[in-house]
Amino acid sequence: MTKSERLLNLLILLLVQRHYISKQRIRETVPPYAEATNEAFERMFERDKDELRALGVPVEVASIDAFFDEPGYRIRPDDFALPGIDLTADEAAVIGLATRVWQHAGLAAHTSDALAKLTAAGVDVDRTRLDLASPVVTVQDPQFDAFWEASLDRVRVKFDYQRSGSAEVTTRTLEPWGVVSYSGRWYVVGRDADRDEERMFRLSRVRSAVKRVGKGGAYEIPPGTDLREITRRLAPAPNTHHGSVLVRSGTCLGMRRHATGEESGVTGPDGTTGWDRLTVAYGTVSSFAEEVMSYGADACVEAPDEVRDLVVRRLAGALGEPTGSGKGPA
Amino acid sequence: MSGGAKEQVGRLLALVPLIQRRGAMAVDEAAAALGVAPDQLVKDLRVLIYCGWPGWLPGDLIEVDLDALDGEGVIRITNADYLRAPLRLSPAEASAMIVALRTLRESADGATLASLDSVLAKLEGAAEDGRVATGRVDVHLPRGQREAAALRARLGQAITEGRQVRLTYYVPSRDEETVRTVDPLELVDAQGSAYLQAWCHVADNRRLFRMDRVRAAEVLDAPAQAHPEVPPLDLRDTLFQPAADNALVTLLLRPEARWVAEYYPVEATRETGDGGLEVDLYVADPRWLTRLLLRLSPSAAVVRPQELTESFTAAARDALRLYS
Repeated sequence: MTKSERLLNLLILLLVQRHYISKQRIRETVPPYAEATNEAFERMFERDKDELRALGVPVEVASIDAFFDEPGYRIRPDDFALPGIDLTADEAAVIGLATRVWQHAGLAAHTSDALAKLTAAGVDVDRTRLDLASPVVTVQDPQFDAFWEASLDRVRVKFDYQRSGSAEVTTRTLEPWGVVSYSGRWYVVGRDADRDEERMFRLSRVRSAVKRVGKGGAYEIPPGTDLREITRRLAPAPNTHHGSVLVRSGTCLGMRRHATGEESGVTGPDGTTGWDRLTVAYGTVSSFAEEVMSYGADACVEAPDEVRDLVVRRLAGALGEPTGSGKGPA
Repeated sequence: MSGGAKEQVGRLLALVPLIQRRGAMAVDEAAAALGVAPDQLVKDLRVLIYCGWPGWLPGDLIEVDLDALDGEGVIRITNADYLRAPLRLSPAEASAMIVALRTLRESADGATLASLDSVLAKLEGAAEDGRVATGRVDVHLPRGQREAAALRARLGQAITEGRQVRLTYYVPSRDEETVRTVDPLELVDAQGSAYLQAWCHVADNRRLFRMDRVRAAEVLDAPAQAHPEVPPLDLRDTLFQPAADNALVTLLLRPEARWVAEYYPVEATRETGDGGLEVDLYVADPRWLTRLLLRLSPSAAVVRPQELTESFTAAARDALRLYS
């Protein structure tokens, strides 16, 4: 029996049992196990079980004899089998599209494997039916796999991390809950075991390899943890405020694109005409001030005062005049 | 999927139910449906004939019709009732698939959106059995993703068909919209942004265009010219390769401006000892640097060269004068 045959036969043996089957019976039944020495059998059987589990096969273990502590094994057909999924042709077509999304070898392979199983379960994927321009998701951080797999296995990890705006590199211990992406940047979310708090770490700021610490299933992910919600927190503050900026005609094209109002031919701060007044929606005072400052003498905030004051204070600071604090984006 | 015994068993756990469901299937058709090479699939089938009900007497074994397989290239499998359904999705598979579908959802509309919602509900329902946690990875695409996906599709098609494109492109350093004809070469994702690599007929050279700065892209009837004399670039490494005439600039960054060293390619960084950072970077366009320094004010300064200190100071003074 080749190894593939042995694995599949073990799987079928455990799957067709109505009750747990003892390790001894398994050994007697499967020829390669029966022919092996005790020690070789133990090793082979452990490895085979692990490989089946790694495939996702739910191998259950229970004690079947109160006196001799004999373990028994089985695979419940209901846990093993993918439930039948009825999909319409359009639903099946979008599943086909999903395989184009990941630009990451591991995730792309997992998506294709999932598609193969769904196909085997009767989903008929017509890849030509839909011609939606599908977005692609890229992963370039080498630590992505380590964090993602640790979150699937629920294994603690240790790594060195450099916070934004800090020169210091510190070693962190994390219970990863998952990996999220916002605007093309990847973050790992979890419980910081040293600080006992939820934390998010940007993958590009990890300064070491990711080391797994201890066993799988070492922690529970808090019930109700919603990565969607956590990802949303990475979004910039919504643009709920409105400001007014004077801009020179023909300039500030970037800001004009998200202006909600425009009045042309107004008198500018230098007393000349040839300026336009833009109404701009913004999220935070500092982000608005920074956008205006980047246009130099082509843009001048009219309102609100707090943005105007911040621009004056920060520009004066750059010129060595008395200043408050200027803060860059986090 | 390839390689070892585990992977082979994994493939068989999809193949056996598929064939039983369809009754009989051509090798090529089954291989395409499962994303497996046809010769690999035939090798997998040969494992199957030694597997079956414990005891493994002739009547216990799974039967593969070898005459049909070798003769007509058709697969028939019998005596494998216990493998009628495929193995359920692993957490990794369910997670990868569901997040891919959610990502599609962000750029879909109309009927496609409705299909995505219903298929997500069904898959999430199927994955939900307590042990399969699907939410281990999540993606939130930047705003304007739908337009970006459409642009990407259009440019991808222009590359495939070998046609020129008229690009309207915003150049932030000059605060200018430019129009140029390009021969599109390749779409590249790097450093969190998508780029079009193209031969620009205005610059008469290869250029990278950041997709979120493309304001319009019109695919022309004119065929794109070939540029065989231009060696292909490995863009991941050379995306920001400095041109020979770029100036090397040294900046002093306060702690709150350290992020500059993560966002822009820097040649060297030196700690200043008080939490700040001194960085060397190549600057192609001094106007870009002036805009960056204005934005960072007062958390960054030019150490050298002197003329860039002066141009920045002049720009800051002109801007400040508007408020006096």
